[in-house]
Amino acid sequence: MPYLNAGLPAPLVESDLLDAPYWNGTRQHQLMVQRCAKCKSFQWGPEWLCHACLSFEIDWVEVEGKGEIYSWQRVWHPVHAALKSQGPYIIVLIELHQAGSVRMIGNLLGDPKQTVKIGAPVKAVFEDHKNDDLRYTLVQWELAGA
Amino acid sequence: MFDRTLRGRAAIMGIGETPYYKRGKSPLPEFKLALQAILAAAEDAGIEVREIDGFASYADEQSVPSRLAAALGIPELRFSNIVWGGGGGGGAATVGNAAAAVAAGMADCVVVYRSIASGEFRRGAGMAGNQTISGDQALWFPYGLISPAQQFAMKIVRFMYEHGIEQEALRAIAMASYHHAQMNPRAVMYGKPLTAEMYDDSRWIVEPFHHLFDCCMENDGAAAVIVMPAGRARSMKQKPVFVLAAAQGSHHRSGARGHNAPIYASANFGKMAPRLYEMAGVQPSDVDTAQIYENFTGGVLMAMVEHGFFEAEEANEFLKLENLIAPNGKLPLNTSGGNLAECYMHGLELQIEAVRQLRGHSTAQVQGAKVALIVAGPMVTPTSDLILGTEETL
Repeated sequence: MPYLNAGLPAPLVESDLLDAPYWNGTRQHQLMVQRCAKCKSFQWGPEWLCHACLSFEIDWVEVEGKGEIYSWQRVWHPVHAALKSQGPYIIVLIELHQAGSVRMIGNLLGDPKQTVKIGAPVKAVFEDHKNDDLRYTLVQWELAGA
Repeated sequence: MFDRTLRGRAAIMGIGETPYYKRGKSPLPEFKLALQAILAAAEDAGIEVREIDGFASYADEQSVPSRLAAALGIPELRFSNIVWGGGGGGGAATVGNAAAAVAAGMADCVVVYRSIASGEFRRGAGMAGNQTISGDQALWFPYGLISPAQQFAMKIVRFMYEHGIEQEALRAIAMASYHHAQMNPRAVMYGKPLTAEMYDDSRWIVEPFHHLFDCCMENDGAAAVIVMPAGRARSMKQKPVFVLAAAQGSHHRSGARGHNAPIYASANFGKMAPRLYEMAGVQPSDVDTAQIYENFTGGVLMAMVEHGFFEAEEANEFLKLENLIAPNGKLPLNTSGGNLAECYMHGLELQIEAVRQLRGHSTAQVQGAKVALIVAGPMVTPTSDLILGTEETL
């Protein structure tokens, strides 16, 4: 069961294909981020060149799905029709120290009313969706050791 | 040599507003609201509306200059300008652009305006019905991170965590706006005071820190200000209010995708505010009143820290209601009621209130106010800020 009710829009790669390696990776349960081939800087979200050295030679590398909670929130007032009967849910911003401290948004799995602590270690959970003819996988997070 | 500054080179000569309405309640279409506000500003300035030769706006304004110029019979359109960004970040930048245009001789009379009739252009429709989403939005929308309240909560929670700031600090910001709105008959929340108990008991929009009263309203209406070269100031109907400085932008990679700004827990004024004070030639302690855009109270908190009114670690002490209200508070804040309680005119009403303060006509007047700071939408990029002053500050 996905964490959030069905009906939110499905992520779709744009025609420029910039984000394609990420979404293709999640479907195979791999967490892919950009890393500069020249200066080795990590980069997230995807961009056409390296912000650090301006090289256009950017690799996609798999990183371990672990991180720490950098910030969080518990949403009580939904703004999308699909979430009207959802009840409270938790969104987290995760920092990945093993990948240049890039940050990723996801939901924190488990009790939506749980106490959330900034700095808590978490691990990635791949959440597969089949939405009509669209198949995609979201990257969710749960407390490490849970 | 031409000094590279706006200081004292342009002035706000006229202000105009329609009545302010609750969201979706305007009896008039957006374009007609814009026309009324512009005509009101011209009348306030004591000029013929056909002296206007420039139009400047922001926030995806839909009432476009060419149609306005045609409708108003403007003899020659010499300047049109919009600041990027869908929120209120461009509000102060727009006055800065108008001031730059008249200071540089590109135009003689620029009107800065904003018009909103929410139902008309589906503002805030929530993107219901979209089956797919792409680009940056795909990195957060599918996780239910959608509204501005949710987007900005991430920054605010991190900032409050880093500095140990309490909910009561945000409550004081909300209560200051409501306090001032009770003196302002134009305010949508006039006659609707906010007590500490009402704030504490109000429902969560986003936990922690975003109670209902921490979030701005959505409203309908229009507002306009007339910007002219300083050389015209002494021959005008109104007491001139001079632009002392304007700045816009954000810091290093503030717009990095998917919440990856390196300096994340910020209102984005860390670089900009020192640049603004330097151009104005004033210090934070010289500011008599601050009008700071409340999209959310946490953004006001961070903007105040970044504009040097107190250190983050002093926030719990400084942000008490008595410090924030006219006439005798340390820093009277949002003295018309602001976005929370006067009207969410995307912050243009804050600029108009600053002009009123410096003319001496506010409904919550700070005695002898000479220098006013206006901060546009905090936490967005680009955002902007502005310092206005009376003639004696030149």
